[in-house]
Amino acid sequence: MLAFFFAVVSTGVYWFQRPVPVVAISSSISALPAYAFYSIVRMAIAYALSLAFAIAYGYIAAYNPRIEPWMVAVLDILQSIPVLSFLPPVVLAMVSLIPGHQLGIEMAVILLIFTGQVWNLAFSFYSSLKTIPREMIEASRIYRYSGWQRFWQLEMPYSAIGLVWNSIVSVAGGWFALIFCETFTMGNRSFQLPGLGSYIQVATNDGNVRALLAGIAAVVLIVVATDQLIWRPLIAWSDKFKFEQVEAADQVKSPILELLRRSKIWQTLPGRILSRVEEPIYRHLARSEERRVMKPIDDTRKAKASPVLWAVALAGALAVCWAAAQAVFMLRTVSWPDLRLLLEGAAATFLRVNAALLISAAWTIPVGVAIGLNPRLARVVQPLAQIMASVPATAVFPILLIGLVKIGGGLGVGSVVLMLLGTQWYILFNVIAGAMSIPSDLREVASLYRFTRWQRWTRLILPGIFPYLITGMVTASGGAWNASVMAEYSHVKDQTLQTIGLGAQIDAATDSGRFAMLLLATILISLMVVTMNRLVWRKLYRLAETRFKLEG
Amino acid sequence: MQEAATQNQPVDSSQTSEAIIRAEKIEKYYAQPSQNRIQVISATDLSIVPGEILALLGPSGSGKSTMLRMLTGLSRPTAGQVYWHGKPISQAEINVSIVFQSFALFPWLTVLENVEAPLQARGVAPDERRERSLKMLDTVGLDGFEAAYPKELSGGMRQRVGFARALVVEPEVLFMDEPFSALDVLTADNLRSELLELWMKKTMPTRAVFIVTHNIEEAVLLADRIVVLGRNPGHIRTDFPVPLPHPRDRKSEGFTQLVDYIYKVLTRPDTEPAEAPGQAGGPRIRDQRQMRYQMLPHARPGGIAGLLELLLDKGGRDDIYRLADDLSFEIDDLFPIVDGAQLLGFLKVEEGDAAITPSGEEFANSEILRQKELFRNAAVENVLLLRQIRRALDTKSDHTVPEDFFLDMLDEQFSEEESQKQIETAVNWGRYAELFDFDAARRRFVMPDAREEEIAEGEESK
Repeated sequence: MLAFFFAVVSTGVYWFQRPVPVVAISSSISALPAYAFYSIVRMAIAYALSLAFAIAYGYIAAYNPRIEPWMVAVLDILQSIPVLSFLPPVVLAMVSLIPGHQLGIEMAVILLIFTGQVWNLAFSFYSSLKTIPREMIEASRIYRYSGWQRFWQLEMPYSAIGLVWNSIVSVAGGWFALIFCETFTMGNRSFQLPGLGSYIQVATNDGNVRALLAGIAAVVLIVVATDQLIWRPLIAWSDKFKFEQVEAADQVKSPILELLRRSKIWQTLPGRILSRVEEPIYRHLARSEERRVMKPIDDTRKAKASPVLWAVALAGALAVCWAAAQAVFMLRTVSWPDLRLLLEGAAATFLRVNAALLISAAWTIPVGVAIGLNPRLARVVQPLAQIMASVPATAVFPILLIGLVKIGGGLGVGSVVLMLLGTQWYILFNVIAGAMSIPSDLREVASLYRFTRWQRWTRLILPGIFPYLITGMVTASGGAWNASVMAEYSHVKDQTLQTIGLGAQIDAATDSGRFAMLLLATILISLMVVTMNRLVWRKLYRLAETRFKLEG
Repeated sequence: MQEAATQNQPVDSSQTSEAIIRAEKIEKYYAQPSQNRIQVISATDLSIVPGEILALLGPSGSGKSTMLRMLTGLSRPTAGQVYWHGKPISQAEINVSIVFQSFALFPWLTVLENVEAPLQARGVAPDERRERSLKMLDTVGLDGFEAAYPKELSGGMRQRVGFARALVVEPEVLFMDEPFSALDVLTADNLRSELLELWMKKTMPTRAVFIVTHNIEEAVLLADRIVVLGRNPGHIRTDFPVPLPHPRDRKSEGFTQLVDYIYKVLTRPDTEPAEAPGQAGGPRIRDQRQMRYQMLPHARPGGIAGLLELLLDKGGRDDIYRLADDLSFEIDDLFPIVDGAQLLGFLKVEEGDAAITPSGEEFANSEILRQKELFRNAAVENVLLLRQIRRALDTKSDHTVPEDFFLDMLDEQFSEEESQKQIETAVNWGRYAELFDFDAARRRFVMPDAREEEIAEGEESK
């Protein structure tokens, strides 16, 4: 308790001191704990913000059918924009909003991490809300639940499992962003904050392999600790919310959770606090007019939107128009050769991303299936794969980069390798999950009728893992695009490695402060990802949901 | 389109008390993106009155669930209005509960928390909540399971929790949406009788029960009044009370009669339903056995003969659907012929197969005159109407009987149109069997020619 208090105070003090844009980063290993602490604080705040925003956004989208399609589309687009593209606007905004304090720069970095985390949390919550079984919604209506009761007793529990899994993915994405964003240059301004990300980047720049390894080790340590102390217990606890009618045979066990559960404090304190807070709320809500009269679920008469909502929508629309106008002005400064460069880069990155996907799939499918079909092996390997996926590739890139420099290879191929590193784990552990979920009676049929290997693969395994494979590929694809920014352009030992690619362009543009290029490159990347989503991934998803769905 | 048929309501107290929920010309449309509207339920009137269990029966797609949701206020009718004690339901403070087909329990709450939840929504204090919930769990027989999670319970127990939750708020009307269809037969039976017990003993302050089901036996077992829905679009086809006293025996004649009647109504979606059996025109109770006319299947004797010969060809037994295929008949066209043959004892239906009986075999093997004789014997033995016509002709001095005489009797059981059809079929059969003849001009039954001659000779010789 004391330590926590101390931490809060010192952070507060630090934030409110004068802004120091560039903090000298020591390369000694003894400085690591402090840096780790700062980074963790940033991650925690960013995550809390992400969760709150995601729940609010998902809730509004799910319950307002008029603006729902817009909100989903916006989410789609925002999700496709790599973190680095958000950098200039966010930084500029924060720094000008809070000029006098270090807090401004911190907020900028925190918000950047936020942008790496929030979108899929929002999607998860939104889609959970949309899939609540109809009869449960009807029960909550007919028994006159207030919005509050419905939220805590129906909506949150139902979404809990999705939120937990997506939080794991999000936090991994957050680390990715953090390591990247704690040190950056934007035009003629440089920023460097104390933290693990800066530590790693400085070490890479100096070519200091020992320090680099220490930094990476620190990150891995934190990730593993988070997995054991936070994620595992959460997953085990969220079993409670599984909407299944039968007890699952293999559940995730967590010794930490058992420990907590048995402690006296856990058993009594939360319950008592909760009821003391809850009861008056419920009593108050019960008296309201709303709770006594039943509102139909399918109120087809057009509800009058509140004037507040209209005002907000109008303001938003105006802001968007103004921003668009500004953007157009900026774009005029881009010359034709520049444009051609961007388009070439787009094509190159596109090829690389797909190459990375294909190569990943080529090895993860056989390996994943082999592991998944062997339950004992799966139980050991899957958590490991999860951890590997959580370790941000950005932590590991630098070693490879230094290695590449030593070999003298270019980033042309190297960037594909880097992309692979970050994204193949998603495909792997999804394939493992998919293989594990193939019902045993189907496998028995295959062995009974002595399927040939070809038959087994084409008729049983590939169709069986198809939905999971698609999920893995989509996540990997998104990750690869995001990673392209880092993979195609890097500072190593006073050198700048780069290759033809859109990610490189984005990075370079930020470095040199050419915002127009940055904007255009961002638009291009966003366009490509969203188009791929709609044209390719959506169709595949639908196929997965109809033809390849295992349950009837 | 249809109004609740009122001619079948015997005079009883429920007519005089005010309806708790009254639906007036409610309709439900679903808008299609192509500007078409699909009418799911056509204008319907329905009342739920205190003191009765009302069952809504219908095939799938007839909108039973939609109807239930409109009556509870969960769904707004596209046209028409639902009233709660006279006030529009969207403005009234209603007190109803629903028991759901899939139980709709919250898997992350314990049994006790599930039952307490509606009370919590009403702001009831924690102690009182707990007490009432525990009492209700005791009533449904789940004493001791308060801290269990729904995952750990069997289907029957989960539905009991559903019942406890529904009853803990003491609803004025209890709605049930196919509550037992997700349970196995024994558990469902159990729960049904427990529900009836609770209702009979008046241990719950609930004044009416509305159950939606597709199980005919269930409806006849539980309900005081049955409403049968048809589809395309959903509409009420018939509405009649069930006058059987509790406890109801599945094997009793009244019970099976009603089940048969409803079965026929449901399997013949295009015909006007005949009047329900057991409906007294007035307060007097008729002897059911004597006055019960089987519904003559509308088949020609020639068709019956042909079917039997075909069956014999096939070795005496064949699947009905395959028979229909072979003959390129619609199955609906084959049924009356099969029914007719069965009625006469020439054939038996076992598990979807038609099996010829010994008398049927004899019939199929005989030549035409012998066939007529066999048909005549079978008809007189098995068909009440034909027997009565012949008897009447025999006893009357002038050996003729007007058609109206039998029409009157048939009218009490069938609709006017159907009564006419029954007479027509009876005439067909009677002529073929040379039981009697029919003078279409004078609308009278007469003796067959051969018999006429006999009588004439007999009289001459006197």
